[in-house]
Amino acid sequence: MGLTSLLRLRTRRRYLLARAFRRRRQLTPVQDRTARLPARPILLFSTMRNERVRLPYFLTYYRRLGVDHFLIVDNGSDDGTREYLAAQPDVSLWTTGHSYKRSRFGMDWLMHLLRRHGHGRWCLTVDVDEFLIYPFCETRPLRALTDWLDSAATPSLSAMLLDMYPKGAMHEQPYREGQNPFEIAQYFDSGNYAITRNPTYRNLWIQGGPRARLFFPDRPRQAPAMNKTPLVKWHRSYAYVSSTHMLLPRQLNLTYDDQGGERPSGVLLHAKFLDTFAAKAADELARGQHYAESGEYRAYREGIARERDLWCHWSEKYVNWRQLEVLGLMSKGNWA
Amino acid sequence: MTAPTGKLGVVMLCHADLDRAAQLARHWVMQGCPVVIHVDARTAEADFAGLATALHDLPDIRFSRRSPCEWGSFGIVQATLDASARLLADFPRVSHVLLACGSCLPIRPVAALHAHLARHPDTDFIESVTTADVGWTVGGLNEERFTLRFPFSWKRQRRLFDGYVALQRALRIRRRQPDGLVPHLGSQWWCLTRRSLQAIISHPDRPRIDRYFKRVWIPDESYFQSLVRQVSSRIESRSLTLAKFDYQGRPYTFYDDHLHLLRQTDAFFARKIWPQADLLYRTFLTPDGDRALALEPNPGKINRLFAKAVERRVKGRPGLYMQSRFPIRARGGTLSAAPYGVFTGFAELFHDFQPWLARALDARVHGHLFAFDRVEFAGGESVFKGGLSDSPTLRDYNPKSFLTNLIWNTRGETQCFQFGPADAQDICSFIAGDPNATVFVISGAFAVPLWQSGRSASDVRPEAARLQKVESDFLRALNAPETKARTRIWSLTDFIENPAEPLEQLVDLLNPRAAHRTTDLPQLLPLNGFGTFLQDLRNQGMAPVLMGDFPSDAELAQPEQTFARPKIVR
Repeated sequence: MGLTSLLRLRTRRRYLLARAFRRRRQLTPVQDRTARLPARPILLFSTMRNERVRLPYFLTYYRRLGVDHFLIVDNGSDDGTREYLAAQPDVSLWTTGHSYKRSRFGMDWLMHLLRRHGHGRWCLTVDVDEFLIYPFCETRPLRALTDWLDSAATPSLSAMLLDMYPKGAMHEQPYREGQNPFEIAQYFDSGNYAITRNPTYRNLWIQGGPRARLFFPDRPRQAPAMNKTPLVKWHRSYAYVSSTHMLLPRQLNLTYDDQGGERPSGVLLHAKFLDTFAAKAADELARGQHYAESGEYRAYREGIARERDLWCHWSEKYVNWRQLEVLGLMSKGNWA
Repeated sequence: MTAPTGKLGVVMLCHADLDRAAQLARHWVMQGCPVVIHVDARTAEADFAGLATALHDLPDIRFSRRSPCEWGSFGIVQATLDASARLLADFPRVSHVLLACGSCLPIRPVAALHAHLARHPDTDFIESVTTADVGWTVGGLNEERFTLRFPFSWKRQRRLFDGYVALQRALRIRRRQPDGLVPHLGSQWWCLTRRSLQAIISHPDRPRIDRYFKRVWIPDESYFQSLVRQVSSRIESRSLTLAKFDYQGRPYTFYDDHLHLLRQTDAFFARKIWPQADLLYRTFLTPDGDRALALEPNPGKINRLFAKAVERRVKGRPGLYMQSRFPIRARGGTLSAAPYGVFTGFAELFHDFQPWLARALDARVHGHLFAFDRVEFAGGESVFKGGLSDSPTLRDYNPKSFLTNLIWNTRGETQCFQFGPADAQDICSFIAGDPNATVFVISGAFAVPLWQSGRSASDVRPEAARLQKVESDFLRALNAPETKARTRIWSLTDFIENPAEPLEQLVDLLNPRAAHRTTDLPQLLPLNGFGTFLQDLRNQGMAPVLMGDFPSDAELAQPEQTFARPKIVR
């Protein structure tokens, strides 16, 4: 890695930071409760649009893990999402009607908030349909994990996205507000993930799961990336490069051991494939606000029309984090 | 509250989570053990004041002079010395002194500890090992801790630290040690008798010894451990405190879910306890804490747990490629999770080879996994274990991931698959370099299906030439010196001379533990006319060499007769 490319990465990071700074004016505070944060808070950052029905379980789930405060950007919801969030005592809310796509899919907004509020704190950046599983998450709160990562001087934890899906067509089991989405989407693909290393950013690029299996069998390159690094002890000079898939400076992407050992890691259970998905896909398609000219959503629409069912004979039914560990999707590392 | 005679006193070193420290100190005092607390000078004054207020109602609590306790510095030793001196002076009836920290939890009742100390009245419980015998220090600094100088902070001035060590090594500078001092190392946490501790504190040569230890690295693991050897009459080189360290020398933390393990230890104290492990504090900080203990201690269990954690971190699970394990340089290790078999040319010669192999090996036998048009999973499945798709495009996008996933997903069941020159070849170098692969090749067998297609030799000549070229490349990879796969290669001619022996060999190699039973051999295709076909290819200008010197039809004995379904007899 020559000096030129190091400089190029630094330029890239500065550009991303500047972008985020420029777009700060797009955010209008609705409820800013950040002045009353407890000492050493664990913060959660998220952008969302029209997710009212998902919110109660989402907030409950992360409150139980020990998130102290939610910092949320509402991108022009009209289904009551904003009002619901503004009424929560542990939520600070900003709103914007600007383009999600032109804000790097919300990352510019979130990076501004991360820079303002996340410096020196453990920050979890997730979507409203992503649920973090980490080793011992049933018995140890997030604080135990971040304390341990602190003691090991580890600034980031990787948690790959694991697409969860129901058995049968998605519309057959409607999602009720407050329900654990994984009562419906119980299944996942346990061992079809293709991994390559990105030499520039040094992160692992993981693709696979039911989406690659069913929607992208003929153009695997375009299958969505599953690698994510959602939990970071933030520093104001850090930048997410593409969603939460990779970071700069790139040392933050070295969440894996390349000598044969295993570092600790988690999993983001992805509750995307529920009955809400069809409506979401149609909406995203109409707005053209998602990745790659919404090609991903178009592929889903075609794929769903064709396959209806993501479930297959070899689908694995979710039990707990230990199961994911045994299957090799995540690792305890040396946390015992 | 009166301090009973001949009792334990506690020196507590604290720097954070002072509410837990207050809880612990209160527990000690309530159990009749006076406590001297040292709070790191770097801890905020308000926190210290809070601790003092929380404990102001207790008579047997003292606070010693606060020194800064940076990790690896002499400050910790200074703090221990000051607090110990204070304890011995203020509580004359203390017979033993325990050094503990703000997150050391007593996991056995104080009465049990008193009984233990009463049984060993003049014994100092301190881990004290000569530098030559220490196996647990990290970073390779054992003896050099005492022979080099360490004026820089390891945490804050790492470069200066490392640079100065390197410089001293280069210049071969060595320190002179104080007379009579034999360096020993051991756990920072000890329990000493009043006599020994007093002797250390009032050591005649102490100013010089302190000066020396100020430049020793991590003196808190060596100061008392070395000096006790000069003053003690009886040393039990074992800490009463269970403290486990990981492979980088960081202490492990105990959480609520370790309760059942802590109950089974034979130690008196455990550290570090996570400050928010409410259940542990609640369970053990009760006067009748002994109810929490198991009747049969099984300390091995906790050792195994932490040993396994280190192994997982350092070695990981072989053959697993995932988000936090991605070995880049294979250093002679296995690449895949389990042994598997690769078969070239067998399915072309035997109609029923796959079912036969599955029976003989008790294995999962796939077709051509790397066929161009489709992944031929066993049983013709379109999706296989783990959610592997039969899409050739997906497979070829990352063939290495495909194969390592397949082998990982099917741990516990041997996998075999057919592989030939007509398949996608990108995986070849991986297979050749994988010690888990066993590759069986009947070279030249690729021509049999061409011959059977009934097309004329001139039609199939280009295809035959191409396949022969591809197979030669594969064989070259298998025969390369860096190949790690086990290989057995026969030419078609050699193979058909006596097919029973190679077949028996491959069963032996892949399933050595199987109870060998007499097995039917698969049905060999009659090859009458194949020799003529090869001659036709030659006549068309191709040189079919991989088959060996295949006999002409006249020479080819009726295979049906020579080895009519021979038996493997053992």
